[in-house]
This record gives sequence, C-alpha cells and structure tokens, in this order.
Amino acid sequence: MGSHGIRDRVAIVGMGCTRFGEHWDKSVDDLLVESTTAAVASAGIALDDVDAFWLGTQGSGGSGLTLSRPLRLPYKPVTRLENMCATGSESLRNACYAVASGAYDVAMAVGVEKLKDSGFSGLSSTLVPGAGDDGRGETSPPANFSLLAPAYAERYGVDRDELKDVLARIAWKNHVNGARNSRAQFRREVPVERIKAAPVVAGMLGVFDCSGVSDGSAAAVVVRAEDAYRYTDRPIFVKALSFVAGPARGLAHPDYDFTTFPEVVASAEDAYRQAGVTDPRAEIAMAEVHDCFTPTELVLMEDLGFSRRGEAWKDVQAGVFDLDGELPVNPDGGLKAFGHPIGASGLRMMFEAWLQLRGEAPPERRISSLAEGRKLALTHNLGGGPGDCVSFVSLVGKELHG
Amino acid sequence: MAGIIAYGAYLPYHRLERADISAALGTGGGKGARTVASYDEDSTSMGVEAARIAVDAPAIRERVDQLYLATATPAYLDKTNATAVHAALALDPHVLAVDMVGSVRSGAGALITAARAAGPTLAVLSDIRTGLPGGADERDGGDGAAAFVFGAHHEDTPVLAEVLAQDTISDEVLDRWRLPGANASRVWEERFGEEVYVPAATEALAGALESTGLTADRIDHLVVAGLHGRACRAVGKAAGVRPEAVVPDLADKIGNAGTAQPGILLADVLDRCRPGETIALVVLGDGAAVLVLRATEALPARRPPRPVAAQIAAHGPALKYATYLTWRGLLDREPPRRPDPEPPYAPPSHRRIGWKYALVASRCTACGTRQMPPGRVCVACRSVDATTDEPVANVQGTVANSTVDRLAFTPSPPMLVVVVDFDGGGRLRCQLTDAHEADTAVGTRVEMTFRRTLTANGVHNYFWKARPVRTAVPDQA
Repeated sequence: MGSHGIRDRVAIVGMGCTRFGEHWDKSVDDLLVESTTAAVASAGIALDDVDAFWLGTQGSGGSGLTLSRPLRLPYKPVTRLENMCATGSESLRNACYAVASGAYDVAMAVGVEKLKDSGFSGLSSTLVPGAGDDGRGETSPPANFSLLAPAYAERYGVDRDELKDVLARIAWKNHVNGARNSRAQFRREVPVERIKAAPVVAGMLGVFDCSGVSDGSAAAVVVRAEDAYRYTDRPIFVKALSFVAGPARGLAHPDYDFTTFPEVVASAEDAYRQAGVTDPRAEIAMAEVHDCFTPTELVLMEDLGFSRRGEAWKDVQAGVFDLDGELPVNPDGGLKAFGHPIGASGLRMMFEAWLQLRGEAPPERRISSLAEGRKLALTHNLGGGPGDCVSFVSLVGKELHG
Repeated sequence: MAGIIAYGAYLPYHRLERADISAALGTGGGKGARTVASYDEDSTSMGVEAARIAVDAPAIRERVDQLYLATATPAYLDKTNATAVHAALALDPHVLAVDMVGSVRSGAGALITAARAAGPTLAVLSDIRTGLPGGADERDGGDGAAAFVFGAHHEDTPVLAEVLAQDTISDEVLDRWRLPGANASRVWEERFGEEVYVPAATEALAGALESTGLTADRIDHLVVAGLHGRACRAVGKAAGVRPEAVVPDLADKIGNAGTAQPGILLADVLDRCRPGETIALVVLGDGAAVLVLRATEALPARRPPRPVAAQIAAHGPALKYATYLTWRGLLDREPPRRPDPEPPYAPPSHRRIGWKYALVASRCTACGTRQMPPGRVCVACRSVDATTDEPVANVQGTVANSTVDRLAFTPSPPMLVVVVDFDGGGRLRCQLTDAHEADTAVGTRVEMTFRRTLTANGVHNYFWKARPVRTAVPDQA
C-alpha cells in the first residue's frame, strides 16, 4: 500500500479564472461559462474536445447537470464533488487522476461558488439533519480558526500584542499583493494600523483577519504530459497531489493543542515525497496557501515546512513571505484579498501558479525566485477547522522531469 | 415512615434589579431583585438542574419510580416535557414521567401526589414568571425550580423529613387566570382573594395538624407560598403560629417563582433547620394545600451540595432591563445577518438520547480513552465497538482553549466558546454560559449544565453547556 503519486504524468495546458468578488449581475451559470470558455481558449481547444469534467462546488449546485446544463455539454461525464473549502483542489486532483489512469485524454476541473446572493455575511453551509448535540455547527468559521492564535502565543511565548502585529502583517502583505491583481476582490492596500483597529469578529481576529466572501469560478484543462506541447509551449506539469481527511481527533482528544494542522503536515509530507522535495523552503519558488484567516497562514508556514516550529512569526515579520521575499506566499493576494468562493479557491490558487510559472503574471507582482533557479510552485487548500479538517497540497513545475 | 429522601433547588444565575425597571420605564420597579432564567433556560432545563441535585444523592436515582414535572410555563404542549427531564437524568425507561402543566397549583399538586404515592416519586417544580413590562407580575415574579423525592425509609436512602400530615382544599375561584398563549395573567381584586384564601388555608392547616396531635404554635417553620401576596401574609398571621416561625418569602432576593416557589422555600428551610423541627408548608392557589413535615436526624448529613442560600448569593452582575426584555421576547431585536439556526431533527435526536440529554460519553475498553460524543471507533486506538457508557454530566473540566464568537447566531451575543478537557479524559468544544468574557481564560474550571440551546422551526433544542465552577460566593451580593 502506498501513495505513489503521478509525478510528471499529467500537465495543465489551459486555465481560466473569473474576477472574484460581488457579482450581483452574474449567476452561477454565468461564472461557469466564463471560466470554462477561458480555460479551453487558453488551451486552444473547444469545450467539445474535453472528454470528462469534474465540477467542485460546496453549495452552488448539485449533480453534474450544474455544469452540463449551462454549457449544453453533449452527453459528457460530469462529476460534481465537494470537500468543504478544499473542493476546487479536489476537483483538480480527480481530473488529473482520470487522465493519468488513461481513461480520458482531456479532462477539465472546474470550481464555482456564489456566496453573495444569500445575503448572509460569511459562509453558509449545507448541514446533514442532526441532533443538535454537537457545538461544532453553532460557531462561525472565524471563531473556529481564532483558536489558533492564543494557542500559538501561549506555546511559543509570543506576546499577544506582538502576535496581533504578526497577524496584521500577514493581512497587510496579502492586500499589497491583491492590489496588484486585476481579478482580486480587494484591490487596495490597507495600512497595518487600520487592520489592527478593525472591528473584532472572533477572539483576536478583526474583519481584516478574515478572507473575502465572494463569487467566482476557475477552471483547468488537464492532459497527459506527453501530449502537453500539442496544446501550449508553456504547460505546467503536476509533480504531486496529496489529499487527506483527518480523524477529527483534535476536537475529541486533549493531546491536540491548536498550534498545527496535523492534516496539513501529513498531506505536505506525502506531496514532498511524491515530488522528491527535501527542503521545501529552498526548493519551492512560491506558495499559494489557504489563508482563510491570518493565523491559519501563520501556522501553515510551519506545517508546510517553510519555517521551523515556533519561528514562523519571526519569518513573517522579516518579510520572508513577501512578494519580494525569499519564498513569496500568496502573491495573488490569497483568500484574504483575492476572495474565497469556496468551490473555486483551490483552482484559483493553481491559476496563480500557472501565471507565475509561465511568466504571465503582471510585472508588478511577478516573483523573482523563479529567475533565481527555483522551479516549483505549491498550492495548499484546506477545509474544516483546527482539529477537524481536510487538507490538500500540490506541487507543480514548468519543466518535465525538473 | 415515609417522607422526603432527597431534594434540590435551582436558581438561575441572573438577577434583575427592580430599580432598573423603573429607571427604564419610569414605572414599576420596587426594591430588591428577582431571578431571571437565562436566554438558554426554560422550565424544562431548570427542572433538570434542580432534579439533578436531588437524584445525584447516593442511591436515589435507581430508586425513583415516577416523575412529575409541574409548571405553569411548559416548553411544549401536547408533547410531554417530563420525558426530557427523565432523559436528562438517565432514569430507567420504566419510570413514569408525566407533566402537571398549566396551573401554578400544580407545584403543590406534584408535592402532595408524591407524598401520597406508594413508590418513590420525584416531584419537579419549575416556573418562569412572566408579566407585561412595568407590571406587578414582572416585578414580583421570579424564575427557578425545585425537586423532591418522596419515599419510604431505607437504610441507604433515609427519610430526611418525615411527612406527618397533608391536606388539601380544592376551590374553584377566579382570582388569577391566563388564556393559553397569553404572556400575562389577569387578577381579580386582591381583597376578594384574601377573603377566599385565608379561611381555606387555615382550615387545611388545622385539618392536617389534627391527625398529628400538634398545634399550630408547635410549628417551627411555617412556609406560606402563593402568588397572592396579601393573602399569604394574612395566612402567616392567622395561622396561630409563633411570629418567628413564619419563614421569609425571599421576595426581595429572588421574587416569586410561582409553581416552584413552595419548593424553593421548602428546600431553603430544609437546608438550615435542625433535626426534630417541624415544617408546615401552606400553598395558596385554587384552594389550599398543606404538607406538614418533621426533619430527621438523617437530614444534616445528606443535604445537597448547592444550598438555596448559596445560590441566592452566587449571582451575576445585574442584568440590564433591555436584556431581560430581549430574552423574554418582549423586545424584538434585529437578528444577525446569518443563516437561520437549524432545529434538531427527531430521529437523530432519538438515536442519540443518551449523549444529547444525559451527556453519556463512552470509554474504550481496549485503551481506556474517554470519548465524547460517544463513538463506535475509539479516537485513540481505533478499536471498534469496544466501549462502555460513561456519564460525564457531573464531571468537571478545564478550559483548554477558547474564543469569543461575535458572528455566530445567539440570542445573547457574543457567543462564548470553550474547548473543555474533562477530568479523567475526553474533550468537548461547547458554549460557555452564565459567564463573561473573562471566564473564557485558559485554565478556568467548568462544570456542565443542561440548557435549551435554541428554538428553531418551533422545536426546542436541549443540550449541555459549560459554566464556570463558582465554589466561592461572589461578593456582589
């Protein structure tokens, strides 16, 4: 038994991504048409050339008809799937495996979410009928993730005020990056002092510590690696895909201390092994990570092996993860500034890797680490909350066997 | 010999200062404070809290044969409320659980019925007193519960207060009434009620005493309870007891909890009386009911751990009148911009009755790990179906992590959320109630309390929350 991965067996040859934000004038159908037609156009093919589709959405539609109906797809296989906030990544993983298996020549992964039509602030969720005997459904996502901050401060002896500065700097950085992204929901830089002074939502988290609630869609065209150059001269090759669902032990067992996501550690180790990465901080050129809330990004830096345990807060302050830092994290603005249409986020992350690896990111946010010889981009996407989550890690590169 | 073999009372944490009513409305008001059931409490949940104290006494729970829940403010009609209490106490399925619902007199009725019963009987009295803003019932009312187990003497469950006599007078009298669904009672002119009640009460007391050979002046504690304050005071004077024997009605400290009031006052007397002393309980309402008791030598050693006086003292900071009105549904506030809360569904609630109502976790027989909620596969060693039931409702814990959720839906924002590590193992993330933001500090000691967490689509959800352990009496009193 083992996780063998599909290193260098498939490639992404086309991508599309809508602007994320408040699309009061667009439906789920509109967003799907926009992202999928952009993706096939960038691969130089037509929708009819795609053999099979994987559609990820948390609550914006059920069944494959959610995609086949608006696109009028002619009798193609469409799988609708959901894995909380990691839904978009999960659709990509399944499309890649379908092509790697030889079952299809061309597959498309699509993610979509329409959150703003509900009128609610924050996420809405679809619940299985329950007994009302489990406090998990009652609390809000920012509250769940806010548990990370005091735990981190306590474990590593970081003063709470200092930690507030660190979290604000993460939000500040992602807003700086998002301001350079025409597709981002929030395109204004926000001063650290304003971030710190924002109204509190939960625990230590203010409004600016939370990701944007938005509508959007993204899509990718996947083919066998050996076919990639028939579609584009700059494909990106999939080096690793790892996805784990945790045992939800952290909310049931006192040995979990809320300073880490064991699910992320497990999926990162698996992905690094698949891709042959031994020193992620030195080998990876950029990372798109699941910064749903600022303390999540802080903890992820350690779980992904970018920082030593207990030192991510110092690396954040030192600018290691800034756009011009040693290892740029969320150069597109992240969930924080790009926005978080749940089912689309995982593919949006891959879209930034696509742009950066192909040298298509606009000059004002182009990272320099690639030019310095690093070859890999990482995307990380999670769903759930501390102690009870699913996690995805991918590694992609612009070179076959590189 | 038969009598009370266990008892307990429950007073909510919150108090409304009567002066705050007049400050807000320019009318109503008065002196002292009344108890206020929290936004997450109702007559069922308060009944559970009182009954837990009674049945947690050694050897009591397994002996209870029937359960009556008396309240004038039932959480449900048609559906039995006593079965929720029964479930929360994890009583044997064969124990009869029925309601005595609607009238304030049902509290006295449950006590007398339990006193007359052949088998050990748990009488739970619980009430929330409502009234229109600025009115006398709002001012004079109170919320609370009390529970008594009556039964024969056994070596391991001795009688704490022997029933010497009881008598009742039933009288159809229109002195107070409330149409179903109405929020407030109507009352007839006070002097009329006094004219009816004083003779009824003195006659019932005399009738009860006759069989005991006691005379009124031999009574050590006379408790007179009822919503007719003027008549209650008159009975105290007319009954022929020594003036010092008349027990204070606690109106200035907790108000009058209606159906539960005779129980709360009786529990308070039992908390402090001496063995051999006699207690006469006289309850006015649609006639009169009298119970005459004598405390036994067994009482001092088996008093409950939460005396009424300590609960009177252990209250929170004064509740704002606007908050009280909001909790009672008298002030229609803007809801949060969040999805409507989900009601509990019937089949999963029934499947999980042990956990949901009685907080029965599981312990792995293979590795010894306690797990909550209970599960078939061990969270630590993953053994399958190797578990034993483990009640944790009375297990204390420590706050391991916490947050204040200002976004979540709650009738009383913000929601306090704690991760509790239980003594002896097991972890639960749940709400913290009867508490303030400072109480969420890591290391805070907490205990579990049965609450109505929400009402959605006309369905109440009952589950457990944590509350700070308050062993020391706060000095706000």
